Amino acid sequence: MLQAIASRALPGLLGGALGRAGLQQAARAYAVTAGHAGEMTVRDALNSALDEELARDPSVYILGEEVGEYQGAYKITRGLLQKYGSDRVRDTPITEAGFTGIAVGSAFAGLRPVCEFMTFNFSLQAIDQIINSAAKTLYMSAGAINCPIVFRGPNGAAAGVGAQHSQCFAAWFSSVPGLKVVSPYDAEDARGLLKAAIRDNDPVMFLENEILYGQSFPISEQVLDKDFVLPIGKAKVMRPGKSITITAHSKMVGFSLQAADKLAAEGIDCEVINLRSLKPLDRDTIAASVRKTHYLATAHPLTPPPKTPTPDSTPQNPNP
Amino acid sequence: MGAPSSGSRTMMASMTSQASARRASVRAAGPQRAALRVRAVATTAKKDVAPSATGKSAITPEAAKDVYYDMVLGREFEEMCAQMYYRGKMFGFVHLYSGQEAVSSGVIRLLRPDDHVCSTYRDHVHALSKGVPAREIMAELFGKATGCCRGQGGSMHIFSAKHGVLGGYAFIGEGIPVGVGAAFKSAYRRQVLGEESSDSVTVSFFGDGTCNVGQFYESLNMAALYKLPHIFVVENNKWAIGMNHPRATARTLGDEDPFIYKKGPAFGMPGVLVDGMDVLKVREVAQEAIARARRGDGPTLIEAETYRFRGHSLADPDELRSKEEKAKYAARDPIPQLKEYMLKSGLATEAEIKEIHDKVTAEVEDSVKFADESPKPDMSQLLENVFADPRGFGIAPDGRYRYEMPGFTTGTAQVS
Repeated sequence: MLQAIASRALPGLLGGALGRAGLQQAARAYAVTAGHAGEMTVRDALNSALDEELARDPSVYILGEEVGEYQGAYKITRGLLQKYGSDRVRDTPITEAGFTGIAVGSAFAGLRPVCEFMTFNFSLQAIDQIINSAAKTLYMSAGAINCPIVFRGPNGAAAGVGAQHSQCFAAWFSSVPGLKVVSPYDAEDARGLLKAAIRDNDPVMFLENEILYGQSFPISEQVLDKDFVLPIGKAKVMRPGKSITITAHSKMVGFSLQAADKLAAEGIDCEVINLRSLKPLDRDTIAASVRKTHYLATAHPLTPPPKTPTPDSTPQNPNP
Repeated sequence: MGAPSSGSRTMMASMTSQASARRASVRAAGPQRAALRVRAVATTAKKDVAPSATGKSAITPEAAKDVYYDMVLGREFEEMCAQMYYRGKMFGFVHLYSGQEAVSSGVIRLLRPDDHVCSTYRDHVHALSKGVPAREIMAELFGKATGCCRGQGGSMHIFSAKHGVLGGYAFIGEGIPVGVGAAFKSAYRRQVLGEESSDSVTVSFFGDGTCNVGQFYESLNMAALYKLPHIFVVENNKWAIGMNHPRATARTLGDEDPFIYKKGPAFGMPGVLVDGMDVLKVREVAQEAIARARRGDGPTLIEAETYRFRGHSLADPDELRSKEEKAKYAARDPIPQLKEYMLKSGLATEAEIKEIHDKVTAEVEDSVKFADESPKPDMSQLLENVFADPRGFGIAPDGRYRYEMPGFTTGTAQVS
């Protein structure tokens, strides 16, 4: 759903055209464009990232339902059990609260679990462990006990799977201090952000999308590097433009790009920002864009859009 | 609390002297079955119930035909769902019950209209057995406005207030406390509101995978603690998607297998293991559990050993189950078993059985036709049924209630 918020940003607030251009340059530095290494599906991007991180660090392990012998409910962990064994790719019983708690506890003790939820709807069965254990313990222990865990799985709507399988939890998790929330769109995002999340020392909610798993995206040589890591907290300008800024994450980035193509025919030049990271949110990139275009639209899979500001809906006045 | 009421729509089963002969014939009918175990672990339940020394109560022809019809309906309906799914009439998640009919028919056909049933996503046949018309379920699966949930629930969320079907939950284990809650209401009406006649029971159906979810244990405890008229029915089909039961569940101490029924006594209720491919055995065990619940003696845990002939869902490649295992259970198909039994014991003739099959085929085809011809939901449904009171959407800036605004009836109003 697109919600246009008209905003007149004061020109030259950051010291003129050069200042604005400089910001834009910095924002776009996180767009990887050099050279093409072919295409990769999001599924393969996630799979290869997991594979490489398991190889790199023996304290990394994967647990979740059907991640092993079944090759993953959505085949994201295909081949990993065969390669790394059942000690590092663990099939759990159906007991989210239990296995999430075990994962969190093991992270407190020094391991780096990648905990899969078959969909993020099932994370509700484990919400106590996610919020009260994983998110808050670093604070409660005054920095002594951290939780280097990644919770990953499909988030948001799929195709006709009913009310209990379709919720988007981006805003829910973003409202919890102590949790980082990232939401990749394409294969590059998937690889770079998953590696970053696994190497991150805080709990990261890694919100994928089932519909995107099978989609193929062009990638560059850089993306295939074993140490290709995208910074958490940096958005990417997918498509530069002058007329209006559209911010989106995950599947909505694709829709925004399609909308931009349609609007280009009408002479409206959209700048599409792939947020990538919802918490922390890259306000600088958004602000720089809006200063240029003076109009902001947020594409978010919530229906209808909420009135209270979420990390996804940028405030009316982007100037802090 | 007085004599146990039969409470079932079928006629009361009566013991005859030919029961042992019948049992022998049933044994012969299924030579490849594994050892049958019908065991009540706690003995208190048996005191007030007519002793079933032969292991199988007799069943009347009417009851047998009713149960047979129900099983055949369940099977034909599910197989039609598969066809419709592959033709694109149905989409999303569809989890079929084929092979497990004996459990649904064996238990639910004994229930009254005011009893409740709670299930997981494998709920089509539970709803059918409870009396929800096939048309309404098929239309729901097609996502049409004439479905039992107006197209808003789908395959995994079949609800019917009229027939006491409390869902239909995607989250396994979620339905169990809900079912226990309905039993709570029944006990509450009796104990608090003084309605002596309130003795409705609730049955929760779930699988072996569910028995590792915490809510299962919490529910067992509370049902026993409050002596609620609830029956826990575990449809142990050995597989939770791709997880074989022994891989997910620890063995009960001293056993070779992870028995679920043994967890009942630990929580204060009898646990019973039954052959879930034999509808008459399931029926007998269910009769005892229902009578116990209606008397006010509390819950029972029934573990029915059964098997799903198809994969977890229609999207499941079902690569992990061996052909041998599938063949072994296909040979124990509950429908041919009952058919042979009915013919051998004179409960039904070939002609009557054929008539049942014809009626079922007609009913299922009618349900597809109905669903096909039904309209899709209107856009206006998007904002309906979110709140029981539409004023819950609040007051619009212009001072009127939001549901009174023009956009509301087209499902496109700004509502927050």
